[in-house]
Amino acid sequence: MLRLEKRRQPSRGWAWATPLLAVLATLVFGGLLFAALGKDPLVALQTIFYDPLLGEHAFFYRPQLLVKAAPLILIATGLSLGFRAGIWNIGAEGQYIIGAICGAGCGLAFYPMEGWFIFPLMVICGALGGFLWAMIPALLKVRFGTNEILVSLMLVYVAEQLLASVSLGLLKNPQGFGFPGSRNLQQYDSAHNAEIFAGTGMHWGVATALIAVIFGYILLNRHLLGFHIRLTGEAPRAARFAGVIPARLVVFCLGVGGALAGLAGLFEVSGPAGQVSIDFNAGYGFTAIIVAFLGRLHPVGILLAGLLMALTYIGGEIAQSTLGLPAAAIQVFQGMLLFFLLAVDVLTNYRLRFGGRVKA
Amino acid sequence: MTETDILLSIRGLTKAYPGVVANDGVSLDILRGEVHALLGENGAGKSTLVKMIYGLVKPDSGEMVLNGAPFAPAEPQAARASGVAMVFQHFSLFDALNVAENIALGMADPPKMRDLAQRIREVSEQYGLPLDPDRLVGNLSAGERQRVEIVRCLLQDPKLLIMDEPTSVLTPQEVEILFATLRKLSAEGTSILYISHKLEEIRTLCDEATILRLGKKVATCVPRDTTARDMAELMVGAELHVPERAGKLPGPVRLAVNRLNIASPAQFGTSLKDIDFEVRGGEVLGLAGVAGNGQDELLAALSGEMLSSAEMVSFDGREIGNLGPTARRRMGLLSAPEERLGHAAAPDMSLTENALLTGVEREGLERHGFLYWGKARDFAEAIIKRFDVRTPGTENAARSLSGGNLQKFVIGREVMQRPGVLVVNQPTWGVDAAAAAVIRQALLDLAEGGTAVIVISQDLDELMEVSDRFAALNEGRLSTVVPAKGLSVEQIGLMMGGAHGMEVAHV
Repeated sequence: MLRLEKRRQPSRGWAWATPLLAVLATLVFGGLLFAALGKDPLVALQTIFYDPLLGEHAFFYRPQLLVKAAPLILIATGLSLGFRAGIWNIGAEGQYIIGAICGAGCGLAFYPMEGWFIFPLMVICGALGGFLWAMIPALLKVRFGTNEILVSLMLVYVAEQLLASVSLGLLKNPQGFGFPGSRNLQQYDSAHNAEIFAGTGMHWGVATALIAVIFGYILLNRHLLGFHIRLTGEAPRAARFAGVIPARLVVFCLGVGGALAGLAGLFEVSGPAGQVSIDFNAGYGFTAIIVAFLGRLHPVGILLAGLLMALTYIGGEIAQSTLGLPAAAIQVFQGMLLFFLLAVDVLTNYRLRFGGRVKA
Repeated sequence: MTETDILLSIRGLTKAYPGVVANDGVSLDILRGEVHALLGENGAGKSTLVKMIYGLVKPDSGEMVLNGAPFAPAEPQAARASGVAMVFQHFSLFDALNVAENIALGMADPPKMRDLAQRIREVSEQYGLPLDPDRLVGNLSAGERQRVEIVRCLLQDPKLLIMDEPTSVLTPQEVEILFATLRKLSAEGTSILYISHKLEEIRTLCDEATILRLGKKVATCVPRDTTARDMAELMVGAELHVPERAGKLPGPVRLAVNRLNIASPAQFGTSLKDIDFEVRGGEVLGLAGVAGNGQDELLAALSGEMLSSAEMVSFDGREIGNLGPTARRRMGLLSAPEERLGHAAAPDMSLTENALLTGVEREGLERHGFLYWGKARDFAEAIIKRFDVRTPGTENAARSLSGGNLQKFVIGREVMQRPGVLVVNQPTWGVDAAAAAVIRQALLDLAEGGTAVIVISQDLDELMEVSDRFAALNEGRLSTVVPAKGLSVEQIGLMMGGAHGMEVAHV
């Protein structure tokens, strides 16, 4: 018989071991899934995990890894603050879109003027856009007690409609032969989020993501505000007793999450994507939720989880094109990761006992 | 004593949990119609023992014989079917349903609501437990809620009724009603297993007492013929240290509460109404009251978790009613709430983090918001040392501590911060006698040093021991504050609201 026994306190060892165990289980069951689809599981796993890093064309994929991971890490770091405090911002995708629209809009407003100040101004606008979009659920929650999960999620769809609208209207490229989408910012030097070192994939968004991780770490581990965030998540009544004002925390966590998501959107639209278009958003805001939990809501964990997630994206695309694996199979594979993580999480708080009862 | 006199016989019951043997070869006999006390400190194994009898916990070894037949209930349902009923310390009632509906919910096969209401009336009159089946449970006092639980048990016509610390929520008058009921039941042949650590009660009520210490049965005695002090020493296994204090003239007024009115944010909470009192440096003000009469709200209003108009609360002459916990703490108004886990301390956080929780301002554990973890650890270490908190170290989670040890930590954390005013709610609830003495002594020492101490408690013995002045909370109102010396139990009972509305009926 198998029994679960609550630990007297959460195991630190397992808290770090469970993500690895989840990855391992995903590899095994993902392999079985690929085998069931008639592909050689080892080849499939090699294509996903090995080829992008060390394979023949790795020189092309490695920079991609940073490009894909940066927005995930940036958004997930912001979300993790809220999640730590029990504030559930599910709408990072919307904040990401609005950040991109505001940032790109700011840049395009100066077109064709050139100036050093344009890109920094866009960065500010991007962050501000995401921040303001997140303030909608924050203020509604603080003022009227609405549920931030629902409001932030619904605002994603509003943001998508806005994105479609500006792509076809306000921000449409006047010289675009009627195609939807804005001017390409990659061709507008002052607004282009170019690579800091050519060919590495290292653009300003990557740098910002790393800075965000460092700040997140310091905030959560060394600062009173971070302590209050964790305290609120662990024991809300104790947090109020300690003097935390819940409303301020809601505004702070949603605000930071929104601003970072907005930044991610801005760096994406002015760099890798290049233009505001109808299908500009690629689901980073939702995937970042998985990244945040995969990284145990810990900044360093998120950094690693973001890279891993980016790897499955890139590897998944290669597997689609070279092995003909369906896109859905890759998504199932990514989903497995989250499910296994949640499932093995129980080991952090519980101990497994085999056999009969314990003798005294 | 013949075989047939014995209702329940327990032989060598043993139950071990990881790291602790809760019951170690416990044997006892409960006679028919006997009121049998189960006595012991917290953690002595009383709860585990009754949970095994009630089928909630399975023993590792040992056996029970009920009515001459082997008895090994796999679940409470089976225990109830064999005639064992239990009234828990914490009630499991739904506030939004009425009495009859609550009782029906616990029944396997409830009769029609009208018939049930009729039976509830009959039983409650028969045993002198006034109870109206149509009233909403949310509006009942703790004593009335307990009656709901008792009537629920009596409807099953039990042979053995287990009562887990039933009087902790009752006024002295309500205790009298309860005891009359229990005596009547025992006269009719129902056996009662009565768990308590209130010794005087056991001396008046019980025929026989079994004393547990650290999971083992250490003695049996006839409570009527044994002094409370002797029983206490059997429980603790050492000589008791009674707090002592030197009489001292009170200093200036430290805390003044003026016509404090706050509506409770909780639906079935108690709003505070026109509360007026002041405490001087060097004195201890004891506030009695049955649970749920505004204790939590008063603590929140004083700690700053609930805000009022500025002039309603003054500290050293400054109006602070509108200031939050942080500002009040900085001035020296500290508090320790009743609920240890989740309110006074964060269960999954380490003791260092929990020391930081309230100590950050006064102990200088931060600068510009950046935390000094080393200093926080030293602070936690100092609390653990001074209050003899039993734990392997400062990095252990709060919930890994036993209730008594965590309570020492939580109270110690505030005491060590040299408060100007300290408000504590139920400072020794669920704490063993030795730890309780340490905590009370620390509160008295604080007062000695010029702190104004407010002790909110449901334990009247405790209040009588530490208080200079005394008042009681009743439905959110505070009685007149009177000197504690020379108060009789009857006077206190009346201050606490008497027998809550209804008279003792048909005993």
